[in-house]
Amino acid sequence: MHEMGIAMQIIEIAVASIPADLKNAQVKRVNIKVGKLAAVVPESLHFCFQIAAQDTPLGDAELNIEEIPLKIKCTDCNVEWTALDPVFICRRCNGGSVKMLSGRELDITSIEVED
Amino acid sequence: MLAFMYKNQRYFHHNDFQKPHHSHDRGGGSVGGKNRGTREIKIVRRVLDVNDTIAHQNRELFREKGVFVINVMSSPGSGKTAILVKTLSQITPKIRCAVIVGDICTSNDADRLAGSGAPVVQVNTDAFGGDCHLAAHVIKTAADNFNLDEIDLLIVENIGNLVCPAEFDMGENLRIVVLSVTEGEDKPLKYPLMFRVCDAALLNKIDLLPHLDYDRETAVQNILKVNPQMPVFEISAKTEEGFESWISWLTQKLHG
Repeated sequence: MHEMGIAMQIIEIAVASIPADLKNAQVKRVNIKVGKLAAVVPESLHFCFQIAAQDTPLGDAELNIEEIPLKIKCTDCNVEWTALDPVFICRRCNGGSVKMLSGRELDITSIEVED
Repeated sequence: MLAFMYKNQRYFHHNDFQKPHHSHDRGGGSVGGKNRGTREIKIVRRVLDVNDTIAHQNRELFREKGVFVINVMSSPGSGKTAILVKTLSQITPKIRCAVIVGDICTSNDADRLAGSGAPVVQVNTDAFGGDCHLAAHVIKTAADNFNLDEIDLLIVENIGNLVCPAEFDMGENLRIVVLSVTEGEDKPLKYPLMFRVCDAALLNKIDLLPHLDYDRETAVQNILKVNPQMPVFEISAKTEEGFESWISWLTQKLHG
């Protein structure tokens, strides 16, 4: 629902990261990581990105989204697993003392700029 | 009642707050590896780190001033305002409270909450369908309306939405999610991030249970699947059933 705001934020960070010696260059690709549990719908983000990128150095850029799986670790019995459902109960000991190893990412990792 | 409008100030440019911490390298391996004639610039930062930075500043300010902050979230119509009206009537004036209430439009909720005598700030994100959540910078601005030295508990009633508010830290101490028995029992599984990031759940409108085919056991189990250690309080804002344990939990956290 807030993908437009996220897209605008990505574009701001990307534009600010273009090196000074490539000031007029076009950004070809933006690489981001989105966790499975992040409240972001990749399709909506692609759509918003396309619109928000118009008239910026990212006008022709591709938004490359790497989806990060939800990985959980039980802090009691130390078992780790990749969860396909949002269930945070330990698979082995049924305990509820777990931590999320990955799945909440919403990170911009790099941009690829025309050289 | 204090009121102000939040006019689409949206997101700050990150240079306004901190130097970008990315590196620009022409590193042989990564250049041209993916696309000929392109240079890859590593960045590695959270997309929402401007929000996170302000949230951190808010948290520091509130800690310094001795203000405990709770962020109350739910879908629209689950009874957040009614719960807060009843909660305020039970804890004020012993606990000095203030409220920030977020809505896309109208000041109806602020009007209801102002009856408690607590200072209330209404934040409207946009007159015609604005932001779907409150972000840290909005709380920072809204909190300027209060004398924080005279507040023990700041309650933020977020915009009715089970998706977006979960993603935005505001600098709060506790997050509370409200689910009502007129919604589906599977809401926690449909909106797991919300139930995962919260510290307590209020299952509201239990006075309606005799009239509904609602399986409260399943609802509670679904909350606990997503967040096995989360306390769940079954309450009715109408009859105040269950309020004793909710209020005692809240005040214990406040004084703890």
